Amino acid sequence: MPKRSLSRAYAVAGVGTTRYGKLPEYDAYDLGVWALQDALDDAGLTLSDIDGLIVNRIADYQRFGEIVGLDPRYVTITPGQGRFSGHCIETAVAVLEAGLAEVVALVYGNDGRTAGDRYGGASDLYGSGGAGLWFPYGMTSPGAFHALMAQRHMSLYGTTSDQMGLVAKTFRDHAALNPAAVMRERYTLADYHRSRWIVEPLHLFDYCLINDGGVAMIVTSTERARDMKAKPVAIAGFGMASELAGSTFPPDDFWHGAGSAVARDAYEMAGIGPPEMDGLMIYDNFTPTVLFCLEAFGYAPVGESGPWVEDGNLTLDGGPYPANTSGGHLSESYMQGWALNVEAVRQLRGDCDERQIEGAEHIQYMTLAPMVTSIVYGVDAP
Amino acid sequence: MSGYAKPLPRLDDANAPFWASAKAHALNLQQCDDCGTLRFPATRHCAACGSAKSGWAAVSGRGTVESWCRFHQVYFEGFGEDVPYTVVVVRLEEGPRLFSNLIGAPADGIDIGLAVEAYYDDVTPEVTLVKFKPAGRAGGALGGDGG
Repeated sequence: MPKRSLSRAYAVAGVGTTRYGKLPEYDAYDLGVWALQDALDDAGLTLSDIDGLIVNRIADYQRFGEIVGLDPRYVTITPGQGRFSGHCIETAVAVLEAGLAEVVALVYGNDGRTAGDRYGGASDLYGSGGAGLWFPYGMTSPGAFHALMAQRHMSLYGTTSDQMGLVAKTFRDHAALNPAAVMRERYTLADYHRSRWIVEPLHLFDYCLINDGGVAMIVTSTERARDMKAKPVAIAGFGMASELAGSTFPPDDFWHGAGSAVARDAYEMAGIGPPEMDGLMIYDNFTPTVLFCLEAFGYAPVGESGPWVEDGNLTLDGGPYPANTSGGHLSESYMQGWALNVEAVRQLRGDCDERQIEGAEHIQYMTLAPMVTSIVYGVDAP
Repeated sequence: MSGYAKPLPRLDDANAPFWASAKAHALNLQQCDDCGTLRFPATRHCAACGSAKSGWAAVSGRGTVESWCRFHQVYFEGFGEDVPYTVVVVRLEEGPRLFSNLIGAPADGIDIGLAVEAYYDDVTPEVTLVKFKPAGRAGGALGGDGG
């Protein structure tokens, strides 16, 4: 497991976000630069303070460095998959601890909406066994992969469409309080059921958005961060695990094995667990992933995440674990985990206005996929 | 069968023996020569023991449905007239899994764990797809769900 001594040793010193939506005048590099400038401004830094660079989804780190005029000591790039946002943040801590850099900028840019990104079909190899092996059967898309998982969960445990719809509706209710969210119009469960099937049992409203935008974060030692402009948010705990073997097919255990291992490590490192969390940021590519996450990370008993959500646990309106207070991927912006991490930071700084979780001290980010990560953030208490 | 508009498998890659067996209405999967583990899709190395030595072995074609979903969105032109169509994950008795279609799927849903057996669908003169049908049913008069 990660060393306990690293708990709270490193912090988020700045966060930056672009507008979200359709931004045809910007490509992914431009969006990354925009977000990075916003994050530097937030931290009260300039580009010359940055000596580590981690780029995600933007196609080429070299081109990005050329565009912004940066020669970092440490630089790396990761695949444009949402599971890598948490991975990059954890990597930043490892890089800092190793002395490879002192101040790391993490930069993400996504012009998927303008570029016409489509999921499913001949260009999408997700779950296809490579080279479209399963296309002759009409099998394609991450959505179908998660629909298969959702159907199995429904059959094994009695999880219902209403419960998945409630996840979507809850996050939309939160987005209604977030001026930056792309989709802010509230809807009812009846509206959810009227939204068209994409791959049954998933409706359109079970799917995340596709939109343009960029996000950046500045991570450094907590001690350094205390001298910067913004209030630091400490990285209290994290973990990482994977289920890559056999991952062409949906996992029998809804990724509970890797998820619960990450939970154990992150809680042990942070010295706190679910009872101490004041809010959750859950990677909501599809609504069932939220349910599987709640089970893997110990919030709901296995098989009981649906009723647990129905109990109102995730709502800002009195729930003990307000989740995806920004609206998440389903309603705020599809920033592949990055904007959820930023939302955690903003909540712990008390910057969230109408959607603020009062007195929030700890927030957990989690993502469940063939690679699982989670980060526990805490208010810095020098 | 001219005019078949759905995607077809490549017949010249590492999975070729699978498709050749399907054409003969049998089901062969790759098997490690050293540890005997069955695998599919084809890979050079065995994920169980790392061996690069392998052959192809006949399996029963019997299995159970692990899950299913129903496509309403048209992702491939050739499926436009078939939506909604059903995709299943079948776990074979011998262990490996396949994505496929279930012929004769009940309209009101499929039970997880449903026993199924291979159904060979000759979709073109060159290509036979390995689909599944509920175990113990005759093959001739099944209503397809377009899968």
